[in-house]
Order: sequence, then C-alpha cells, then structure tokens
Amino acid sequence: MAAEAVQFDGVAKAFAGIAVLDGVNLSFPAGLTTAVVGESGSGKTTLLQLINGVVQPDAGQVRVFGEAVPRQAVERFRRRIGYAVQGAGLFPHLTNRQNVVLLARLEGWAEEAIGARYAELLDEMELPEEVSGRYPHQLSGGQQQRVGLCRALMLKPGLLLLDEPFSAVDPITRVGIYERFEFVQRHEGVSTVLVTHDMREAVHLGDRLVILRAGRVVRSGTTDEVVNAPGDAYVEQLVNQQL
Amino acid sequence: MALLFSAAAGHADEPIRIASKNSNESYLLSEIAAQLLESKGFAVERRFGLGGTLIAFDALVAGEIDLYMEYTGTLSQAILKLGHDATREAMNQRLKGDGLRLLRPFGFNNTYAIAVRQEQAQALGLARIGDLAGHPALKLVFSHEFLEREDGWPGLKQTYGLPFNATGIEHALAYQAIAEGALDVTDAYSTDGELLRYDLVLLEDDRRFFPRYLAAPMVRVDVGAEVIEALETLGGTLDDAAAQALNATVVVDGASFADVAADFLAERGVASETGGDDLWRSLAANTAQHLKLTLTALAAAVVAGLSLSLLVFRWAVAARSAVYLCGLLQTVPSIALLALMIPLFGIGATPAVVALFLYSLLPVVRNTVTALTTIDPTLLRVADAMGLSRREQIRHVYLPLSMPSVLAGIRTAAVINIGTATLAAFIGAGGLGDPIVTGLALNDVSLILQGAVPAAMLAIATELAFEGVERVVVPGHLRAK
Repeated sequence: MAAEAVQFDGVAKAFAGIAVLDGVNLSFPAGLTTAVVGESGSGKTTLLQLINGVVQPDAGQVRVFGEAVPRQAVERFRRRIGYAVQGAGLFPHLTNRQNVVLLARLEGWAEEAIGARYAELLDEMELPEEVSGRYPHQLSGGQQQRVGLCRALMLKPGLLLLDEPFSAVDPITRVGIYERFEFVQRHEGVSTVLVTHDMREAVHLGDRLVILRAGRVVRSGTTDEVVNAPGDAYVEQLVNQQL
Repeated sequence: MALLFSAAAGHADEPIRIASKNSNESYLLSEIAAQLLESKGFAVERRFGLGGTLIAFDALVAGEIDLYMEYTGTLSQAILKLGHDATREAMNQRLKGDGLRLLRPFGFNNTYAIAVRQEQAQALGLARIGDLAGHPALKLVFSHEFLEREDGWPGLKQTYGLPFNATGIEHALAYQAIAEGALDVTDAYSTDGELLRYDLVLLEDDRRFFPRYLAAPMVRVDVGAEVIEALETLGGTLDDAAAQALNATVVVDGASFADVAADFLAERGVASETGGDDLWRSLAANTAQHLKLTLTALAAAVVAGLSLSLLVFRWAVAARSAVYLCGLLQTVPSIALLALMIPLFGIGATPAVVALFLYSLLPVVRNTVTALTTIDPTLLRVADAMGLSRREQIRHVYLPLSMPSVLAGIRTAAVINIGTATLAAFIGAGGLGDPIVTGLALNDVSLILQGAVPAAMLAIATELAFEGVERVVVPGHLRAK
C-alpha cells in the first residue's frame, strides 16, 4: 500500500468557465483522518468528487493508493471507497440492515460473512440489534448517521469519504458519534477524508487539516501545526472561532 | 393451389364465422343461420353485435368473417351506391369482384318506417307521412344512421316537404323515449317487435320513398358450396307478419335468440342444439374473456410503459414528449380508437387488445416518469458514490422508490381498461360488453345489467387486489395515505 491514500498533483477544475479548484497539490497520508475545511463555495465538495471520480479534473491528476482515478468502469473503483453523507442518505425502502449489507450482497458475499461483518459493525458503532429490521425513518438522526457509517464501512474500504456527515445531528448526540467514529477509524485503519465547514469538528477529528478558500489551499499540515501556527489571517480567524 | 385451399377452408376443420349487426333482428337471423349450419355438421363461431353496417361489411371483405345478414336496400344504396331499385342480380354482379354474394332473401320487407304513438296519431289524425307537415310542434328524433343516410331523413324531408329540424339518438333508446313522450316521431324498422310492445303505429309511405329492405345472408363465396346451398334453403321462409311475430317473441316475451331460432328451425324439420343458454355459464365465459382482454392489454402496457419510461426519464425533453404522446392517445374517443384498429387488425380480440393497450399507456408512463424524475437527489448521489452501476441503481433505487406511484398508475390503467373493454363487443371481441350490446339492441335492461354489474364488480375487485399487492410490495411508510 502506498504511503499516500490520496494524492492531488496540480489539479484544476472549472464549471462553466468559473474555476472551482485551481492548482491543488495535496497528499492525504494513509491510515489518518484528514479534515478539509472551507465555507460553501470553497471547492471542498468538488475536491471530494474528484477523489471518487464523480468529477474529472480539467488539468492535473488525482491518485488513490497510487492508482489514477479511472474515467470508465468507475463502479469497481468506487466500491473500494466508503462514502457517507449529511443526513445519512439511507434508502427509505430498505431496512437498516438491508441498507448496510446492500453492496456486500451485490458483491456476492456469503451469508455468514455478511452476518459476521454486520454484527461487527453494529457492535463497533454501538447500535442495538433491534435497529436491523426497522426502517431508517424509525431511528433518531444520530442512529441513522451511525447506520450510514456502517454502510460506508461494510466492504472494509481502504478509504472513507465523509461529506459533512455529522452536521445534521444535534451537538450532544454528535459527541457520541465522534467518539465511535474515532474508535472505528483507528480500529479499521481506514484512511479518511472528512469535508466540513465546522473548524471545531475538523480539529476534533482530524489528524491533519487542509484549509480551502475560493478554490485554493491556503494551509495544510498536522492539526497541531495549523492550530499553533496559522500563518494566514483567514486561518487564524478560523482557529480563533473554534476556541 | 392457394385458391383451392381457400375454397376448401370453409369445411369442417375451420369454423364458419357468422357475424351479425347489433339489431335484434340481425342477431336472430344470424342465430338461425348458425344453428342451421351446426345441424348440418359445420363448426360455427358467433361474432354477433358488430357496431354498424360498415364494420360488418369491411370485416366480410377482409375475410375476418364468413357471413352476416344484410338488407337489399342498405346494400344497394349505402354500400354499393346503386340507387333505389337495383336487382339482386345487379348487386351480385358488383359483389363478385370482392368474392361476396347476397343469397336468397328470407322474404319479409323490413323497411324504414316512421313511427308515432297510437294515441297521438288518433288525436292529430296522422295516417300518412305527409300529414306530419301540418304539425310543426312535433319533436322528430331519429337514429344517427337514419339522420345521415341519403335514403333516410335528408331524402324523406325533401320528398314530403317536411319543415322540421331533426336530432339524433341511439336507435335502441328511441323506443323507450317515444313511449315516454320524450319525442314524438322516430324511425323504426317495419318488422321491429317493439312496435307491438310500445303501442306504436307506422305512417303510410304513400309516395313510396323508402326502398325495399329484404333481409338475406351475405356470404364470402369461399365459404363453400355446401354452406351456400344450406343457407339458400332459408329463402322465402318468413313474411312480414311472421318476422314481426318472431322479433316480438324475443323483445316482448323475453325468449332467448337461441330458443326462438331453434323453434323456428324445428317447425321446418331441422333439429338443432341451442347449446344451453345458461346465465351463469355465459356470465363466466364473458367475464373470463373480459379478463383476458384487459389483462393481456395491461401486461403489455406495463412492460412497454416501464421500458419506455426507463428509456426516456433521464432526458427531460424525451420524458415530456413520451408523456404528451401517450396523453394524445387518451384523447381519441374509445369507440373511435376501436374503429381505427379495424383496418389494421381486423375485428375480434386483437384490435381490442391493441386499443386497450394504447389506452393503458398514459397512466403507466405518466406515473412512472414522474416518480423516476422526483427521487431525492441525495439518494442518487449516494447510490452513485457507493459504486452502484446504472442497472443496479434502477433495480435497487429507482424502481423500488417509484413503486407506489407506478402501482397507482397500473391500478388506474386496469380500472380504465375494465370499463373501456365493454366497448370492445362492438368490434366482435366478446367479453362483458356482449350482453350490454345485445341488451341495447333488445332494449333489455336485465341483459345490460348482466354485463354492467360484473364489470363494475371487476373494477372494485381490481382496486382491492391492487391494495393487497401494494401491502405486500411497498413498506407501510412509503404507501400513499
């Protein structure tokens, strides 16, 4: 496995002539959580979409574990990347268990393997077995979010992409999920890219921070480095806000 | 060689397809012909109640049927445009090219006639058609066909100088309407049994405007010499009074066509089987045929509608075009759509199923396209990012999430189908429309109800069945409340 989970080299992307990302060079080390922080319009969602091939770069290259993001047959590639989104995005017509195991079913896993992995994830996320047969709308927002993380982790992906997955959850519940997520992230050793507008969340969860503003990387480094030496007025403002 | 085969086609192995128009006399005469041929060992298929002269004639020319009962006046004027008094020889000369022949007439003259209530005729002193001119307040209402035909109202009005504006009505309803005083003067057929039932009198046609309408079997010559020979024996067997009495046995006394035909043949030494006109058996057969028509059309519409929707829903313009196109089909009146199918598919079940199929498309396509294009975009983003292929997204996301709406569309299509299929009897497709069409021809409410009530019950059963299906395939919280 490459030391870098994700590598951006000179990546640029414009929509309808307006640059969304410009000259981005970044590396996301394997096994760690990198938090990408920016306001809406900073390009952070596009950055995430470049990693799983939903968006293709105009210039430069994105590699995941050393492999260039493919333009065709992206399904196989995406299945090696977990994905969780704000509001969980669980399929309402499937039970929670069906949501979590859908991809494993499609991959042709044996029933015992599916059962074992599912039980393991429930346990790690501290979800009670009763949620299995229920539908998503019967769970609290926090529980839905945990089910969403289980679904993202089902196939034991090497990389996890989180698109503001905790922002719709109330602050008290959020702390519990943070704790569960950090445990699972280390236990599974999954490299994580977390996109968020919340500096407090980024500092809490991120081993490393990337600060995006208007399509450019204004600061990146370990969380300690960035917090202790912002080196930029905008970054300093962000750091001060969360304290 | 092909000629030889088609000449032999009428025998034993292939049934003789006997049609009738939707008047009670046509039913009766065709039933007599059917039983006569059955008694001679021919297999017979009854396609009674076709919705009008042109449908029956076109079906005969196209070889969809082998024979039906036609009237000399109708044939010479409305079909062959030969004018008033063409001889049978002259008409057969013209029919030769199409391989058709008009056989010996039964003998009676069932001409158009002008009917009024007996008491009104006495009160106003009406005896001849010309007498109407002196009473401009009378309300004249004629059958649609009579209103249009050259040998109908336009000619009559001119010949007698009648100062009226007439309107149209379905012939089967006219008798009841005149009996109740809703109208005063209408067209009738001179041998109609209803004339006795409703106490109507005919005005004398003293200027001899109406031509003679002698009923006779009209056949395809390729039906075979034996069939033609058998049918020729019916020539000259019924005079005016006998025909009116026979018709009255059906419309006034309520006897079945089959029984009246059997009695008529028995008097002439022909023993025929009536085939047991059992109510429950015919009800079951009609319902089964009705279900076959609607389910076949519905299944095709579901397959085609879903495929079309899945094909177009990603492109807004294509999706909207598909919905509009299906909507356009829906605006064609059902009876017109059925009639349009005849040149393409002949008569019988096929054109009916095609017409029902076209009608079912709109609810299926509209509901499916709407559902597919209004799915929560977050779910689609997740499905994409998870690595579900297009096909997997359709199977596991689009279709299940659209299911409640799709089912509602199929349910609407099914109920529309059950109603519309009753009209399919007009083009010989059978089903629950059969007793309705026959009942209309006989003005027999109980017969109409034998079709209408089961059709309504089928519609309700369909609603319930779909509720059941929905309960099984759609989780409770996604069902329409």
